[in-house]
Amino acid sequence: MNAITPRNAPGNTPEHAYNFAYLDEATKRMIRRAILKAIAIPGHQIPFGAREMPLPYGWGTGGIQVTAAILGPRDVLKVIDQGADDTTNAVSIRRFFARVANVETTTRTAEATIIQTRHRIPERPLTEGQVMVFQVPMPEPLFRLEPRLAETRRLHALGDYSLAQVRLYEDIARQGESGSAYNHPVMVGGRYLMSPSPIPGFDNPKLHNSPALMLFGAGREKKIYAVPPYTEVRSLDFEDHPFKPMRAPQCCSACGSATSYLDEIVADDQGGRIFVCSDTDHCAETQGQ
Amino acid sequence: MRPAFNDPVFGAQESFRALMEAMARPGRIQRCDVLPDLPEALAPSAAAALLTLADAETAVWTDATGEAREWIAFHTGAPLVADASKAQFLLATGTMPALATLDAGSDETPQDSATLILQCETLAEGAGWRLSGPGIEHEHRLGAAGLPADFTAQWAANRQGFPCGVDLVLCAGARLAALPRSTRIEEAG
Amino acid sequence: MYVAVKGGDAAISAAHGWLAQRRRGDESLPELSPAQIEEQLGLAVDRVIAEGSCHDRALAALAIKQARGDLIEAAFLLRAYRNTLSRFAACEPIDTGAMRVQRRISATYKDLPGGQVLGPTFDYTHRLLDFALAAEGLPPAEPEEADAAEATMPRVTELLAREGLMSRDAPGTDEAPPDLTREPLPFPTPRPLRLQSLARGDEGFLLGLGYSTQRGYGNAHPFVAELRMGEVEVMLAPAELGFAVSIGDIAVTECQMVNQFAGSAASPPQFTRGYGLAMGHGERRAMAMALVDRALMAQEMGEEATAPAQDAEFVLLHADNVEATGFVEHLKLPHHVDFQSELEKLRSIRARWQADRDAAPIQEAAE
Repeated sequence: MNAITPRNAPGNTPEHAYNFAYLDEATKRMIRRAILKAIAIPGHQIPFGAREMPLPYGWGTGGIQVTAAILGPRDVLKVIDQGADDTTNAVSIRRFFARVANVETTTRTAEATIIQTRHRIPERPLTEGQVMVFQVPMPEPLFRLEPRLAETRRLHALGDYSLAQVRLYEDIARQGESGSAYNHPVMVGGRYLMSPSPIPGFDNPKLHNSPALMLFGAGREKKIYAVPPYTEVRSLDFEDHPFKPMRAPQCCSACGSATSYLDEIVADDQGGRIFVCSDTDHCAETQGQ
Repeated sequence: MRPAFNDPVFGAQESFRALMEAMARPGRIQRCDVLPDLPEALAPSAAAALLTLADAETAVWTDATGEAREWIAFHTGAPLVADASKAQFLLATGTMPALATLDAGSDETPQDSATLILQCETLAEGAGWRLSGPGIEHEHRLGAAGLPADFTAQWAANRQGFPCGVDLVLCAGARLAALPRSTRIEEAG
Repeated sequence: MYVAVKGGDAAISAAHGWLAQRRRGDESLPELSPAQIEEQLGLAVDRVIAEGSCHDRALAALAIKQARGDLIEAAFLLRAYRNTLSRFAACEPIDTGAMRVQRRISATYKDLPGGQVLGPTFDYTHRLLDFALAAEGLPPAEPEEADAAEATMPRVTELLAREGLMSRDAPGTDEAPPDLTREPLPFPTPRPLRLQSLARGDEGFLLGLGYSTQRGYGNAHPFVAELRMGEVEVMLAPAELGFAVSIGDIAVTECQMVNQFAGSAASPPQFTRGYGLAMGHGERRAMAMALVDRALMAQEMGEEATAPAQDAEFVLLHADNVEATGFVEHLKLPHHVDFQSELEKLRSIRARWQADRDAAPIQEAAE
């Protein structure tokens, strides 16, 4: 975290050389305009002038810019990566905001007003007072099928998602089920195909009719999109092959949960495995009960 | 010249959260009261919304005149345009410009559409229109007084163009509620 | 009972402490100063100001020191800093015709007004390690002063254009040019934005693409009409003054590459140009940029675009090394949640495959 250098060195701590939440006000306004349009057009990707951040592209700069544009002194921020508060990148991003915005942080899902996440949605049901901010590496759900952005933009305008449907059909014909275990595309409000970010399929149903607002930020690809609360979000599937969220069939070795999403831990070199909750706050809460 | 936000950083942040909440939960009324000393023609919530979103990079149209117009030009720094169809943000203090005349965006770039900030006489939850659509679990009720008689017909036409369309922020005093283009309005009945 | 690994916070602090120690290296050796880097590793500094999009050689030298000589990391540091600076105004276009030239060569004419000026170049050096440099030696001998730099040097492309053999670039307009650092790249991308993108693009990527156009991937027949390097004046016209004033000098390298064009119904056969401009001394970058610029003009010129270097989306979205390194290196971040979902998926598919296989002999017997 030494990447931040004070602009006016004498007697100045680095924090004071930068605006609240790092971004300047003009940049926040530009991002805020994009966020409102994203909410008004659920699932549609809004291009925005993403800035270089003091953290690398691909490490959450989109999520960080969205969080920085909405964050205020009354917020309580939770940052998770892989469901856990103590993974290194989550720690780094939490430290960044504690440093540039002096904001209260928490590891408790229930206490957070803003939850920035990479790859998971918390197990505890979200509430109306909460905003989820997803870090998105590739916002375009069609990118493996059509890498040209000018072309995918046209397909979204037409609502033509036959490429994705054909791919899913071929997967099912060949191997009996969809080939995507994570980042499985969803239809939002029956209109736009959207990448839910690389969350496991297990988390896809949590996007549907959530009481919380969901914001998605892709810094390197310079896109923002949103799912408003109480909005229909369907994982792409076929009637005779409905989407099936998957988890390891075991129970958590720490809290015993049979319903949470599990990490598989290699316990020894004899093929021994144990399974524990990926959501560390949920696991701690269940153990405390 | 009357002042803008007391604190430009936190005034804008608080106003934005009210706007974001309003846009995410159409018809739910938010309070936005961070501009206590304004030209008379401007509602505090409407002025805060414009100040939060508009700047030198956005074209603004307004029917406000005199001190109110000067306040907007000075504090937002936005270029004021005479042609409402060219504006990204509009602040109507009197008669609402017809929705169909405003920029609705295009099929590929529906986000380029205008946002209309409209001052009305009163706003109240619990009675009035029945709202449904994204952001609404079952139904929200919203009553707004002082809109054109054909407002719901104009809105239905606006909604028909989804994903293109104008987004609306209704403001009365320090209260505001939003209607994104995706919201369906049924008359009370 | 399993106890989850904790202590990411402490681990990060410890790792950064170790990094600081490695940066300093053996403390019995004198510490390198940014001024030394700026003076003695000048081409590294020039690459960092170009890819960092910020003409500040002292800050670039500091970034190189902080990044332990990793030039992409240094460019990233400079970009992140640049991003926090307020912009006051846009300068007038620089006039490279009025450059105080330190180096200027043309491959298309044996001699020309202003002459060929070799300047400080690696060209024609024999690449033999100079072991004298390993010892702290005497300062190098004073070079003989060339007075060619004082002569006027018309641009070679202008000589061709006067004869009608070379297309002219569209004249500039008063409209403010689009700014890559404020708006996302649109596609199709107008040439000013393409050039901005290439100017800060990764030198290695540009080099490889430029090279590919010479090898048949893009059908280029390039000549270096002119390559010049030197100092130009930066002029600013504040609105309240109404006229331009000089705010300083910067070094730039400019390359004008000549290419053939068969002509079309609207325009007669003539040469076309590819343009490269690099902040600082960056010949390889300017030349590669000029090759790629010309390749990207394929669509405007009605040429068939078949090669990677002619595909604007491919080139421009992958040229930025700060973006590229971030995304490649993000694979180091934990991905175990997604990997876990892949494991479960693969187990499920394998179980179905096994079940189908086990059922197969019975089917065969029945047939």
